Amino acid sequence: MSKETPSQTVGPYFDYGLTPERYGKTGIANNILTKKETQGIRIRLEGQVFDGEGSPISDALIEIWQSNSQGRYRHPNDDREEFALDEHFHGFGRAPTNNNGEYWFETIKPGPVPSRGNVLQAPHINLIVMMRGMLVHAYSRLYFSDELEANSNDPVLSSIEEERRGTLIAVRQERAGQLIYRLDIHMQGEQETVFFDA
Amino acid sequence: MAVLTDFTSRDWKSHPAYRHPPYKSTVLRGPSKPLLPLPHTLSELTGPIYGHEVLESLDHDLTKNAVRNGEPLGERIIVSGRVLDEEGRPVPETLIEIWQANAAGRYIHRVDQHDAPIDANFLGSGRCMTDQDGRYRFTSIKPGAYPWGNHPNGWRPQHIHFSLFGTSFLSRLVTQMYFPGDPLLPLDPIFNSTADEEARDRLVAKFSLDLTEPEWALGYEFDIVLRGPQSTPMEN
Ligand SMILES: [Fe+3]
Repeated sequence: MSKETPSQTVGPYFDYGLTPERYGKTGIANNILTKKETQGIRIRLEGQVFDGEGSPISDALIEIWQSNSQGRYRHPNDDREEFALDEHFHGFGRAPTNNNGEYWFETIKPGPVPSRGNVLQAPHINLIVMMRGMLVHAYSRLYFSDELEANSNDPVLSSIEEERRGTLIAVRQERAGQLIYRLDIHMQGEQETVFFDA
Repeated sequence: MAVLTDFTSRDWKSHPAYRHPPYKSTVLRGPSKPLLPLPHTLSELTGPIYGHEVLESLDHDLTKNAVRNGEPLGERIIVSGRVLDEEGRPVPETLIEIWQANAAGRYIHRVDQHDAPIDANFLGSGRCMTDQDGRYRFTSIKPGAYPWGNHPNGWRPQHIHFSLFGTSFLSRLVTQMYFPGDPLLPLDPIFNSTADEEARDRLVAKFSLDLTEPEWALGYEFDIVLRGPQSTPMEN
């Protein structure tokens, strides 16, 4: 039996290793998950990350992991061949926050994925939040405000006290013909985002 | 559909607390409410997988991957080790991303104001993959210590940042590797954020004469343990 290697903060200089584009190096992933050929509804995710005093955090990194438009993950544990993989969609993205604490992704709306026991989960995107000043990454999820019925039947959302569910629900907007879902992330405070012990 | 095996839960005895006041920024940034439980569904038991297709030929050699007009300065090192899960099973073919300061303790970064020289031939960013046995290896320059504003006369011990995915979103780990005998370790709030001394020791590489290459570079061994699938639970 071995024990886990402890987590340590990603620090302020993570873009060196994780989002190195500004150093003329190609990272494994960035905040644009779509190509021209990718199947599915184009969406933009955006929001701001705030600390316990409500100040924007300019050195956070958001990672997302999601299923494709059919609800299939690109991973051997998801071998449901009735839902096709999309060769033009990987499903992983990374976005550092800017000086205003803002992040954004261009991706597609994920399809629904089953829970244990085959209850369908509402469409969602899995989040990892890390930053300077955070010693262990935090897990969260992003749901969609226009999936009222699916959200109300979702086993994870239903397990959360009602007042806090909204912290995981990205709000739909349309801007210049673009479909946008906005989710702010509050590390602390009254609107503290729900984080999971996944 | 594949039978999904739950992952082990996070071993909170091994990890730091979210809020660790000696590391000042954690106070306003670590979640303050208890984390809520999350069942391990396909969303958690899958995760990004990257393979050799993302590796460029010099990604594993930081002494060569940013050379412009000469060799980078500093002490050459070879870092190698195995990536394992808690049952000791190797994690094969998994990507590791690494980053670090140069030999003088300087990052080339918009927010790094440390008055130490930049090395035109060293960037400090690399990647490598584990092999079938879970073993990885990269070559670099021993990073320098650098000051930080957390507390008066605060210096980070020499360290290399590691980022790993493992086999699912649940095995994700971002950590730092330290060097044995560094006098700054007992003073560093980040290293000491893990309360458990044995757990902290797992962040310190071991000098290895076996990995050391004569007339060339010093070797350090650093094994990494990630969360993995539970072994089959006993039914009562
Ligand atoms: Fe560092």
